[in-house]
Amino acid sequence: MSSAILEVEDLSKRFGALMASDHVTLDLRPGEIHALIGPNGAGKSTLIKQIVGELHHDAGTIRFNGRRIDDLDAEARAKMGLARTFQVSSLAPEISALHNVLLAVQAVEGSVFRFFKPVIRDKKLVAAAMDNLMRVGLQDRAMVRTADLSHGERRQLEMAIALALKPKVFLLDEPMAGMGPDGSQQLTKFLARLRDEAPILLVEHDMDAVFALADRISVLVYGQIIATGSVDEIRNSKKVRSAYLGEELA
Amino acid sequence: MTRETTVNIALAIALLAVPIGAQFADHPFIITLSTKVAIFAIAGVGLNIALGYGGLISFGHAAFFGLGGYAAGILASQALNYEPLVTWPFEIQGTTQMLIIWPVALCICGAAALVIGAMSLRTGGVYFIMITLAFAQMIYYFAISWPAYGGEDGLSIYVRSKFPGLNTLDPITFFAICFALLIAVLGFSVLLTHSRFGLALSAARQNPQRLTSVGVRPFQVQLTAFVISGMITGLAGALYADLNRFVSPAMFSWHTSGEIMIFVILGGVGRLFGPLAGAALFILLEHLLGGITEFWQFLLGMLLLLIVLFARGGLIGLLAGGRGNV
Ligand SMILES: Nc1ncnc2c1ncn2[C@@H]1O[C@H](COP(=O)(O)OP(=O)(O)OP(=O)(O)O)[C@@H](O)[C@H]1O
Ligand SMILES: [Mg+2]
Repeated sequence: MSSAILEVEDLSKRFGALMASDHVTLDLRPGEIHALIGPNGAGKSTLIKQIVGELHHDAGTIRFNGRRIDDLDAEARAKMGLARTFQVSSLAPEISALHNVLLAVQAVEGSVFRFFKPVIRDKKLVAAAMDNLMRVGLQDRAMVRTADLSHGERRQLEMAIALALKPKVFLLDEPMAGMGPDGSQQLTKFLARLRDEAPILLVEHDMDAVFALADRISVLVYGQIIATGSVDEIRNSKKVRSAYLGEELA
Repeated sequence: MTRETTVNIALAIALLAVPIGAQFADHPFIITLSTKVAIFAIAGVGLNIALGYGGLISFGHAAFFGLGGYAAGILASQALNYEPLVTWPFEIQGTTQMLIIWPVALCICGAAALVIGAMSLRTGGVYFIMITLAFAQMIYYFAISWPAYGGEDGLSIYVRSKFPGLNTLDPITFFAICFALLIAVLGFSVLLTHSRFGLALSAARQNPQRLTSVGVRPFQVQLTAFVISGMITGLAGALYADLNRFVSPAMFSWHTSGEIMIFVILGGVGRLFGPLAGAALFILLEHLLGGITEFWQFLLGMLLLLIVLFARGGLIGLLAGGRGNV
């Protein structure tokens, strides 16, 4: 078995009386999709925020390629290759879809501290950005103001930005949410291939997608991982059924 | 050509045509007013980079306007008194050469903006406004209580700084210098807003989290913008010192910060030629209404209110319509 790229160990995070992460241990291995499921408010998004450095954990460790990244800020972690998409799209609304992707491309390809040359005239940057828009099927909407994109298109744009970062790990927080059946199916196909580029930690409520995609599933309830295993193991686990899947699959 | 470009070119031509006409009609005062518009517009172009493009509501840009002015004033007065500015560890002489004064003013204002920005940017929202204001007020009180350069009374410079090959005392020549610099900083603004940095700055304003998640620190981007912004406003201060041949602590006062902000808001926040439109309108109102009634400031206040409530794009927005895509 290959060793993990991302290792979360004994991670704890408290919001007042609420344990949002309660000694969470989980890892992500090359080539896999590791789904993280659990009821609303279980602490899935909070876990992703701690991994990317938006929130600081109270205890535990986070390792990336064997190296502790706990003390790095969010920007440094992004630069190392952690790309996340947000549960609620987080984009720059007043600029075009293309410019949102350019922002990511220019951050990866050299510096943002260039003051004279127009970004849009930089053929290499624009070509790279268009490639990523094409991959998610947004190429025809490249010049549309982001605020004028539909909900589904904004989700696609988030994905294009994550791709543009050429990350070593994808952390996707409910990418299917609000995509509609067709969108979900397309995205499922897309993610199935994406795992070969970089492993994916996939937070998702859409169980069809999870069961179709996941190599492993972890179940988070009240901040605790109550089970980790293959799709069949999780499906057949009594504990998981009573805590979560029972209601989901009913 | 977009409608906004047409409006911008018309404004630039108007600013050029008025003093040229005044030269022929022998109205030097109008040339001076036009020069003032150009200088205030440069100050506004500076603030617009922080406020308009970066969303950083600085209420302390008087600090840079004043530092630029005092840099020019102190260098010139030392040169005129034949006293070196610094004698230890090495001797630095004063100068009346614009080509030396400008870079000095730019450096001093850049350094000041780096310090003020680094501290202010740790906070946000209303605290940012208050801290930038507090810094400017600190410098204001320092200037008042520092007797070496005139203290409260200010510092008269007696000559206008020199530019190789030009007679800067000729009003139209001095106007031409200020106008050329205005066009230069406007050109720089165009490049900046379309550059990689401009894209990052605009993202930092719209959604800092977006920038963070692609691995860029909003703080560094905003601080850089604040420094550039302060430098340009400082250059305007140096020119203003030369225009009046006098600097006083009033340049540092919060009125000055407010006025620079008014230029930007009147003209249109984040609009390239907004500061020019705003400064021109401000000077026009001051001299047309100021002659008729003491209450022109009240009318200015009403106008500001109307613009903030009903015409966010300011004068440029009214003339050229909403902003297109980036
Ligand atoms: N910044 C915060 N301060 C206080 N409580 C918080 C904060 N962020 C999240 N919480 C709480 O922590 C718990 C976990 O929230 P989180 O968003 O991680 O859940 P989730 O598993 O992502 O849920 P969902 O499936 O609805 O997205 C919730 O009870 C939430 O109210
Ligand atoms: Mg969530």
